Amino acid sequence: MGFASALAYRAEFLIWVLAYTMPLIMLALWTAVAAEGPVGRFGERDFAAYFTGTLLVRLATGAWVVWDMNFEVRQGTLQRRLLWPVHALLTYLAENLAALPMRFLVVAPITLAATAWLGLSLWTTDPLQLSLIPLSLLGAFLLTFFPMAMIGTCSLFWESSIALFDLWLAMYTVLSGYVVPLELFPPQLRGVVELLPFRYMLAFPVENMTGFLPRERTLHDLAMQWAYVLAFAVAAAGLWRVGLRRFAAFGG
Amino acid sequence: MRRYARLLVVQLRASVLLALQYRLDFFMDIGLALFWIGTALAPLYVLFSMRDGVRGWTAYEMLVVVGFFTMHKGVLASVIQPSLTQAVEHIRKGTLDFLLLKPADSQFMLSTAKLELAHLTDVLAGVAIIAWAVSRMATGAPSGLDLLLACALFLCGLSILYALWIMVVSLAFKVVKIDNMSHLFVSLFEAARWPSSVFRGALSLLFTFVIPLALMTTYPALAVLGRARLPDLGTALAVAAVLLLVSRYVWQRSIRSYTGASS
Repeated sequence: MGFASALAYRAEFLIWVLAYTMPLIMLALWTAVAAEGPVGRFGERDFAAYFTGTLLVRLATGAWVVWDMNFEVRQGTLQRRLLWPVHALLTYLAENLAALPMRFLVVAPITLAATAWLGLSLWTTDPLQLSLIPLSLLGAFLLTFFPMAMIGTCSLFWESSIALFDLWLAMYTVLSGYVVPLELFPPQLRGVVELLPFRYMLAFPVENMTGFLPRERTLHDLAMQWAYVLAFAVAAAGLWRVGLRRFAAFGG
Repeated sequence: MRRYARLLVVQLRASVLLALQYRLDFFMDIGLALFWIGTALAPLYVLFSMRDGVRGWTAYEMLVVVGFFTMHKGVLASVIQPSLTQAVEHIRKGTLDFLLLKPADSQFMLSTAKLELAHLTDVLAGVAIIAWAVSRMATGAPSGLDLLLACALFLCGLSILYALWIMVVSLAFKVVKIDNMSHLFVSLFEAARWPSSVFRGALSLLFTFVIPLALMTTYPALAVLGRARLPDLGTALAVAAVLLLVSRYVWQRSIRSYTGASS
């Protein structure tokens, strides 16, 4: 169904893809910097590989549930969803997952083009890291989805929950490695960033698939990522239960 | 002309009253705007903790560009975007007819319909960033003439921004869902935060000829740094004038071909 609706709105879908320009803008800046000499261990090619990775991961793992939920709560159409015999959060999850085939149709040619441009050395050669790419991407998707669902659930309590999401997004922009590879952060800050969830939404899958991540760190980071997925899933479900009780009280 | 000035005051008052009504949202928006400015500065902070310059731009010089970018973005978010998003809403719902019936210019009425006061924070923050960056530079304050030139170039940049935005909205008559389009425009505009010499190849062509980003942020910054000359202003004025005329023409054509929602 998600595939069908994406096909129906293909012009919009294309625009949506084109709008992910931030990685390209950052790629331009950082390759210009590295042209005058490498930054840390990042040369021109490394930056190109890293930001190509961020573009691909962003495209592959996006979700939009927070807007849907906010809209449905305000319009009252949430009622209909509540009648379905499945947990409402799962229906949202299914809707967001259904867009995955379409996303991969977009990601695949970009992947090929990037490989043609930067060569096969763009990718990690480590079999462990290669085999973990799908799992790390799925983890990144879920870690994008559940906090979004949580903030979306907040719209049951508070109309302006979108502002909360804006705040989350602003933190994500800096702390996930979206604008700067995290290892270029000052060392004190890096320790903090590694404990926060943002890194596991973007930087971890990127570093894993491009091989910037040391092999022995891979499993540790994967465990961190899935621990966060679990924590946010439980928290979202809990918040949903509390919120629903309130919603029922409103609607009567 | 005086009639339009009075109309402007009326429209502004409505926006101010609206902002006063939702005070919490207003302050929250200000806080968020400041937060976003911080995220824009983060990569520069990391960059210049390791380097002195990029393509001939020092940290403080680059900050001047970022300052102009922030000002542009503030005007876009507070004045241009809200009114024109409302225009799209009118087109979609068919209420544009009421606006066209009013005895005033439709483009003027739409462009001044709504003002998001909170985003004027960005404009002020932009000025503050530029002032701070200039105060840290060894060269000292720019001359009065340079400042005047910078202001003129900035106004040209704003005109270009407005003209491009009008053209994007005119598309709403053809393609109904425009919010994606505006999203694309805003994200392309993000590229204006770096000096134009950072971009190479296809991107630099795109940002010179299709969307003249260099004129909007790099030129005013160069003027503040005392490196712009009068011919630059000539170019900027010419581009701004042409784009404004074209956008006016496109808008009027779109309005003429608009047949209303009812018929």
